[in-house]
Amino acid sequence: MTAPADVRPRWPALRAAFFLGVVRPALLLGFGLGVRGRERLPVRGPAIVVANHNSHLDTLLLLSLFAPRALAWVRPAAAADYFSRTPLLAWVSRELIGALLIDRQPGGRRDPLAPLSASLERQEIILLFPEGTRGQPEVREAFKAGLAHLARRHPDVPVIPVALRGLGYALPKGEWLPVPLNLYVAVGTPVPRQADKAAFLAAVEAALDSLEAELPTYRWD
Amino acid sequence: MNGVPLVLGGVLTLLVIATLISEGLPRWKGTAPKTELAQRVRAWWVMAGLFVLALLLDRRVSIAFVMLLSYLALKEYLSLIPQRRADRRVLLWVYLTIPLQYLWVYTGRYGMFIIFVPVYVFLFLPFRLMLTGVTPHFLRASATLHWGLMLTVFALGHLAYLLVLPPLHPAGGVGLLLYVVIVTQLNDVAQYVTGKAFGRRRIVPQVSPGKTWEGFLGGLGVTLAVSLLIAPLLTPLHLWEAATLGLLLPAVGFVGDVTLSAVKRDLGVKDASSLIPGHGGILDRVDSLTFTAPVFFHFIYYFVYGPVRG
Repeated sequence: MTAPADVRPRWPALRAAFFLGVVRPALLLGFGLGVRGRERLPVRGPAIVVANHNSHLDTLLLLSLFAPRALAWVRPAAAADYFSRTPLLAWVSRELIGALLIDRQPGGRRDPLAPLSASLERQEIILLFPEGTRGQPEVREAFKAGLAHLARRHPDVPVIPVALRGLGYALPKGEWLPVPLNLYVAVGTPVPRQADKAAFLAAVEAALDSLEAELPTYRWD
Repeated sequence: MNGVPLVLGGVLTLLVIATLISEGLPRWKGTAPKTELAQRVRAWWVMAGLFVLALLLDRRVSIAFVMLLSYLALKEYLSLIPQRRADRRVLLWVYLTIPLQYLWVYTGRYGMFIIFVPVYVFLFLPFRLMLTGVTPHFLRASATLHWGLMLTVFALGHLAYLLVLPPLHPAGGVGLLLYVVIVTQLNDVAQYVTGKAFGRRRIVPQVSPGKTWEGFLGGLGVTLAVSLLIAPLLTPLHLWEAATLGLLLPAVGFVGDVTLSAVKRDLGVKDASSLIPGHGGILDRVDSLTFTAPVFFHFIYYFVYGPVRG
């Protein structure tokens, strides 16, 4: 199997126009956003932004919050097997999402983190969902160790936690019909580095949990 | 005489005075401005600007503006209340009420406008909820969803129906809508300001500790005066009607305000959202209006339009 070649978006202006002209108005009118600490989002890389994962739309929501000039540098990490399935999906994920394709087959001989490392070296901003999967809506899964490995390789790159709430109700896994409900976002400050990988991962999880606790709650049973 | 320009001039003057107090005064005295007050006044500029723009452009735009208010208020409500995961898709039916209700408004179908939400939606919604097959909290879901629709779509929708009533005054439906919104919002502000300055005796301390008799009476006095002043400019109301509404609407608005406070306390939130800086959410801004709009509407529908209809 060949390594997924990293192709940067060819038309960054198209991407900015898409997010400013389509995604953001649609999110504002269709759902409504309550964002705290938006100014804490990085405007230049290298940086790693980590968020909890509830819905397909999480990536679009996060991307729509970046300043237009920063957007060209933001690369969400995405599963190569899923996003290369059809030519259309591949085009959308490359040009509009700016996805950084990651090989998630376990046991491969190649280093799965290599594309992420290369991206950080190009001064890009990586978006990661360290839960790896959307899992149960609005329930945070344990973080995958990949984040800790990546962070250790790049000790000076800030890791910024972002808590998301709402899309797990408005458009949960397995549903295709979105329901208008308010979405909430809280951006935190970079998580202080720790030498121990497990301890650092736990610190990022704790930072995300405390950010989530700040957000308005949904009371669904 | 169409008094809309005159009244809008008055609103503009009030906004300028408020801005001089919130931004000019601290600058002149060299003290730090009170951010919350400045935020509130700035948000008033935006809200008043959007409202007046929608009102002056075209009747369809004005109706669409009220419809947008209903949608935002309902969305806020549905995001706050306890819900059952099984009802997620039912919420789309709940939202569908909005375009239908405003279609009745736009086409002037008064009969449908007045029975659609209280009767047909009231009967349909529990039927659709039953189809989920989930019975725990069934009654809670039926009741809370319908209550939200009555408040945000049926009650607020009365604002839009004012626009399609046959004009009995040169200011037309725009005049009626402007009258009830100005009287309600000004009463809120006057009540808040006099309450802050002189408030001592609390009316409902367990629900809304900030509400005092002094504030209530201060609001009432200002509102009565404003009602008498602007009613001839905007509405076909006689003097006694303007006086009655000047006393009635502050009381009704107060009831709406504290009722929504009780709802927010039940849900454990201070504000319905943080959409409007310094004010909270849409529901926090239109709480009084959800009660004054239908009361004002049916008051004029009976006393002013009744004799005309015969």
